Amino acid sequence: MSLMSNLSTSMISSSSSAFLAPISFNSSRTQSVSVPVKSIKIIKCVATPQEQQTAYKTKVSRNANIAKLQAGYLFPEIARRRAAHLLKYPNAQVISLGIGDTTEPIPEVITSAMAKRSHALSTLEGYSGYGAEQGEKALRAALASAFYGNLGIEEDDIFVSDGAKCDISRLQVVFGSDVTMAVQDPSYPAYVDSSVIMGQTGQFQKDVEKYANIEYMRCTPENGFFPDLSSVARTDIIFFCSPNNPTGAAATREQLTQLVKFAKDNGSIIVYDSAYAMYMSDDNPRSIFEIPGAKEVAIETASFSKYAGFTGVRLGWTVVPKQLLFSDGFPVARDFNRIVCTCFNGASNISQAGGLACLSPEGLEAMQEVIGFYKENTKIIVETFNSLGFKVYGGQNAPYVWVHFPGRSSWDVFSEILEKTHIVTTPGSGFGPGGEGFIRVSAFGHRENVLEACRRFKQLYN
Amino acid sequence: MPYSQLLSCICIPQSVSLQSPKRWSSSKSNTGKGRLGECTISKSLATDLLFVPRNVNLEKLQSGYLFPEIASRESEHMQKHPHASLIKLGIGDTTQPIPDIITQAMAEQVCGLSTIEGYRGYGAEQGNMALRKAIAAKFYQDMGIKADEIFVSDGAQCDISRLQMLLGPNVTIAVQDPSFPAYIDSSVIVGQAGELEKETGKYGNIIYMNCGSENNFFPNLSATPRTDIIFFCSPNNPTGHAATYQQLKQLVAFAKANGSIIIYDSAYGAYITDHESPRSIFEIPGAKEVAIEISSFSKFAGFTGVRLGWTVVPEELLYSNGFPVKKDFDRIVCTCFNGASNIAQAGGLACLSPQGYQALCNVIDYYMENAEIVVDAFSSLGLNVYGGKNAPYIWTHFPGKSSWGVFNEILEKTNILTVPGRGFGPGGEEYIRVSAFGKREEILEASRRLKHFLT
Repeated sequence: MSLMSNLSTSMISSSSSAFLAPISFNSSRTQSVSVPVKSIKIIKCVATPQEQQTAYKTKVSRNANIAKLQAGYLFPEIARRRAAHLLKYPNAQVISLGIGDTTEPIPEVITSAMAKRSHALSTLEGYSGYGAEQGEKALRAALASAFYGNLGIEEDDIFVSDGAKCDISRLQVVFGSDVTMAVQDPSYPAYVDSSVIMGQTGQFQKDVEKYANIEYMRCTPENGFFPDLSSVARTDIIFFCSPNNPTGAAATREQLTQLVKFAKDNGSIIVYDSAYAMYMSDDNPRSIFEIPGAKEVAIETASFSKYAGFTGVRLGWTVVPKQLLFSDGFPVARDFNRIVCTCFNGASNISQAGGLACLSPEGLEAMQEVIGFYKENTKIIVETFNSLGFKVYGGQNAPYVWVHFPGRSSWDVFSEILEKTHIVTTPGSGFGPGGEGFIRVSAFGHRENVLEACRRFKQLYN
Repeated sequence: MPYSQLLSCICIPQSVSLQSPKRWSSSKSNTGKGRLGECTISKSLATDLLFVPRNVNLEKLQSGYLFPEIASRESEHMQKHPHASLIKLGIGDTTQPIPDIITQAMAEQVCGLSTIEGYRGYGAEQGNMALRKAIAAKFYQDMGIKADEIFVSDGAQCDISRLQMLLGPNVTIAVQDPSFPAYIDSSVIVGQAGELEKETGKYGNIIYMNCGSENNFFPNLSATPRTDIIFFCSPNNPTGHAATYQQLKQLVAFAKANGSIIIYDSAYGAYITDHESPRSIFEIPGAKEVAIEISSFSKFAGFTGVRLGWTVVPEELLYSNGFPVKKDFDRIVCTCFNGASNIAQAGGLACLSPQGYQALCNVIDYYMENAEIVVDAFSSLGLNVYGGKNAPYIWTHFPGKSSWGVFNEILEKTNILTVPGRGFGPGGEEYIRVSAFGKREEILEASRRLKHFLT
């Protein structure tokens, strides 16, 4: 095992992959390392250590579904590249506009509520143990009121969680391995990866960079980043994210009405990811449930991560309307509830106290301010790339700027930008083949870093 | 007001629904296939059916998860007897406040999040390195377990399901009988199990290793068929039995001989009082090649609501093709999870400081004194009582009686909530689990009522 332990722990043994190019790391467990002959020196060929070849193996087969995954999850890969870069240039002022991680402090109205809850746990009256797995009543009610007030979504349709990423996997557990799914292309990688893990997909097809049995709905500048539904095959589940990560596109009311109709006609379930809804500038729907009929065809996930800077605090929610039924009439919410009670044990009570404070009038106002700050960052980045003559998308309704580099490999552009400007971005192909030729620049960062990054972009591309 | 406008102005909270919540906890009529159970969705809405089939694995589950069932019995009882002074010794929920030093650390972390220097965004999905190191140092000293083999989580229940996702539908499992219901339920959900056989009360394709007083609560391994995975909990929930060193040596040898993986649940390790029983499977030589260990701050630190736990996956643990299990678990953790709350993790670190740990030991002592009181109450009545010495659970035998029957009787006649042993598997029939979490006065009162009722 010593050979493997020297390598980064998440390097997966795979040959080519969308994530690992251009570093073509071919990991072979029986790799022999040899040193070229030089003059009269004695050379030692170090073969695979003996203990590795005779290491005890259990008789448990590896899960074939996980074996289908081509590389590590996208964002740890980006983090690895960043770390490797820092090793190479220890004094570089690396600016991270890659992983969409919030940077600004959480407003005090929110943290003071969490501090209060923490202290209360040390008192007899304030101590609480297990909470309801679906979330604390007050928070569920506040979410219903703040986001779904006049949309007919009730408190008990809302399930509080430790974040949208976790909810996506729990939804996949509800659906099981025998459903088919569609995703936008490009899309947030957790939809595809969780589908592979659940066993819904076939093998990865290297020529097209797609997993078999997933319907990829291309979203490009040409189609306004909304798929041509008339050419989309029916699937059981349709993942749809708006405002979109990574393209920043926000679907219009007309488009979402089309989508709901498409789902209705096909008897499909939309999983609508609204994690960036509060970044919307245009007058587009924030919730899928603004579309009539959506309650019978859609689930909505959302998160406090990008609203309240809760990326490390961990809090989100999923709405499963009562009206959503499986083909045998069984309510989807009951199965989701079963999963929530069996595979989960509720979000942290301290985080939930923070969530409740977020939804107070003061809290909402404070969140709007922080969101406004990141939107200003986004504007600066958009202007920079525009001024350099690039075709720029997104940025208006989401904290992501989607920059086109026609004809170029996105990993090459990513590497070039990292090497030449010490800025971390995210290569578009990491979000699917439809992302090739694009770079995603995230707008989370301290203002001075964003300004500095833009200076460097201008220097590089002028 | 359109949603888009709502968000651009200051939100004035609308009146919040104060109706009693839909009782999700009760899913007694969850029998799938066309039956809508409690839901009152009318036939006319049924025309809006989707064509998405229900997950057949979820159909196999016969009822709701055990503990929400207990919670719903509690609600029903309270509705019938609103003035009853109910004592809750059912769901194993901690009751004593968390020591100040720990909540202070969490409050400090929280306040730091409002500052530029102290703000933290996404943490490593595997957990903060400082915490991973502290767990390694505190619990796995001298066992050769390294910080990077430790994955911090939001609790053992969540980890059990993530491990099941890792292992996939094509492995076979063995569980103790009785056992913590999440092992079986998660196995059914992931598709490893067959149908529930009504006569035996067992799911097809799962091996149930009987653990009773006859075999000293340790399975007869020579009569146990091989499975890929063996779930083993010690100290045990619900029986309270702590496996001995010799027993665990046997278990490790059994796993080694069969090429199986043990998933060792050590959530109650801190409750061992006999100074002998191993707290970690990794105390057994060779365990690193055959075992994963899960654990939790829930019962150790009163973190049942705060949410923090960990799983150890040694790098020596390999699949049949030589691929390290740890790498795939890491992939699951990075893809299906996003790390435990950084606030909970700050609390966890404080729990492992010398002062924090000492304070927690005092709380555990308190619960174990409760356990003694409950054990005495049952013993004094001539009942056979197990557990209560190395775990906060007392496992009392009511020979010849239905455990749900005894549960109901105790609830009706003494207003004490317990858990019927049958809820933990067919091997739990005739037993009642009483948890020792509670305020001393309540435990003493419960003890009085039980003595009175059972005399």
